[in-house]
Amino acid sequence: MKQIKIIAIKEFKDYFISPIAYIVISLFLIVTGWFFFSTFFMYGRADLRDFFSLLPITFSFFIPAITMRLFSEEKNVGSYETLLTMPVSFTDIAVGKFLAATLFTATMLVPTLSYPIFISFVGQVDPGPVIGGYIGAIFLAGAYCAIGLFASSLTRNQIIAFIIGCAGCFTLTIMDRMLFFMPSKIIAIIEYIGANSHFMNISKGIIDSRDIIYFVSVIFVFIFSTYLVMHEKN
Amino acid sequence: MIEIKNLTKYYKDFCAVDNINLKVSKGEILGLLGPNGAGKTTTLRMLTGYFKPSAGSIKVDKFNLPENMIQIKSLIGYLPESAPLYHNMLVYDYLEYVAKIKGIGDREKRHDRFLKLSEICGLSSIMAKPISDLSKGLKQRVGIAHAMMTDPEILILDEPTSGLDPNQIAEIRDIIRTIGKEKTIVFSTHILSEAEATCDRIAIINKGRIVADDTTSNLKQSLEQDSIIKLSLQGASVEEAHTLLSNISSEIHIQHTEPSEKDMISFEIRGKNNKNIRSRIYLKIKETDWIICEFVKESQALEKVFQTLTKEVK
Repeated sequence: MKQIKIIAIKEFKDYFISPIAYIVISLFLIVTGWFFFSTFFMYGRADLRDFFSLLPITFSFFIPAITMRLFSEEKNVGSYETLLTMPVSFTDIAVGKFLAATLFTATMLVPTLSYPIFISFVGQVDPGPVIGGYIGAIFLAGAYCAIGLFASSLTRNQIIAFIIGCAGCFTLTIMDRMLFFMPSKIIAIIEYIGANSHFMNISKGIIDSRDIIYFVSVIFVFIFSTYLVMHEKN
Repeated sequence: MIEIKNLTKYYKDFCAVDNINLKVSKGEILGLLGPNGAGKTTTLRMLTGYFKPSAGSIKVDKFNLPENMIQIKSLIGYLPESAPLYHNMLVYDYLEYVAKIKGIGDREKRHDRFLKLSEICGLSSIMAKPISDLSKGLKQRVGIAHAMMTDPEILILDEPTSGLDPNQIAEIRDIIRTIGKEKTIVFSTHILSEAEATCDRIAIINKGRIVADDTTSNLKQSLEQDSIIKLSLQGASVEEAHTLLSNISSEIHIQHTEPSEKDMISFEIRGKNNKNIRSRIYLKIKETDWIICEFVKESQALEKVFQTLTKEVK
């Protein structure tokens, strides 16, 4: 437990030592801000529905950019060897890195809290969907970070890690919109695997154990896969 | 302290380390010597738990790999080849991170340890610098500080002096010798003089096999017997000198070589039991009116053992 905390804190601080953190956060705010506010006054609704409905797609590009360095950079520089020969287990490393990335994504969402505050000046905001939306966003971020972490563990090239991560996250995001291509028998399964519907449920303010279990399982599966890759590669 | 039995490592079909047996006792400095690609790094990586062995067993103190991986890792301080560190961190931050991970949680203890390490490794002036700004030698020192953080019983250093300038090499060797008084050290190198100067014992490894494993002095002694005598004479012809020298003993081998100066003739004499031979050569030449300009015994360095051993296997 202690080792996980030390690794997570170190990785989290690492983001802010280099300019990556500031660039990613600024870009994220510009992109989400633009998509949200460009249509906000046209609909005249005092809610964050549009912001949250776009989040899975923006996340599937931004999160792989955050996670791509986690393993790839270390393998490239060689510090991976230093890390593995210190008294830490594979699980400590994988979970520590995962927590750092998730925490960073949560930090990235903090400035967007100004949206509901701003909207509350123009109209009555229903707090349920907003709180649910943010809780869902954290779970979604966790799931995507786990995918990105796994992608990063596969290669020493950060660009390849980014592309694999994007592909994984994007597939989960758009899966339930591709249902008409699928045979009718497996539609229910595909719909369950897709991340979008689960996230939408939570962001409506309905916190259902099935959706929570879904996100927790995705996180578990990909952290475990990362662990297996680490085992296999040494 | 360390016991390696039948250690083998395959990379797909390629056998990098082939059935190695090694024992390192407490307080010993063992040099792992071998040409590039001989399997030194692979052996050390398995010893530190970074690679999984394909076969064989490793026992460190009373722990076995891989079951007691974490305990072994905390017993060993390891400096990987070319000291890979986190380039974006400051030296102090990096050492603090390492100290925390290695379980020095107490702030005061950490501080004391840093003072001690910066004294041993000469880090005090670079503590506040980013690692990416450091020269190779300084990075190497930070790497050694990393390895020594918890004052481990065993230090494993992979080519600690590669790529450094002669002054830095001397400094690093001093550090190794200082630590080596109390700790067990295993280090790899392909520089012979280095192994000769720092190690108690040398294991020569080639193509994944150990071809020699003995104390440094023993290895040298085994060569002593057939070392080379260089002789340069003035006032003699090659034929005359050759006949005279050949008459001394049938066990020696005489070879005419390029003289170092004009008007001289030079020979290389190889043979066993040198002391006797030298005095006999001297006495013989004394009888003539030739002048001895050079008369040296060239003590064969480890270089020769290394070359013979690593070539034979080829």
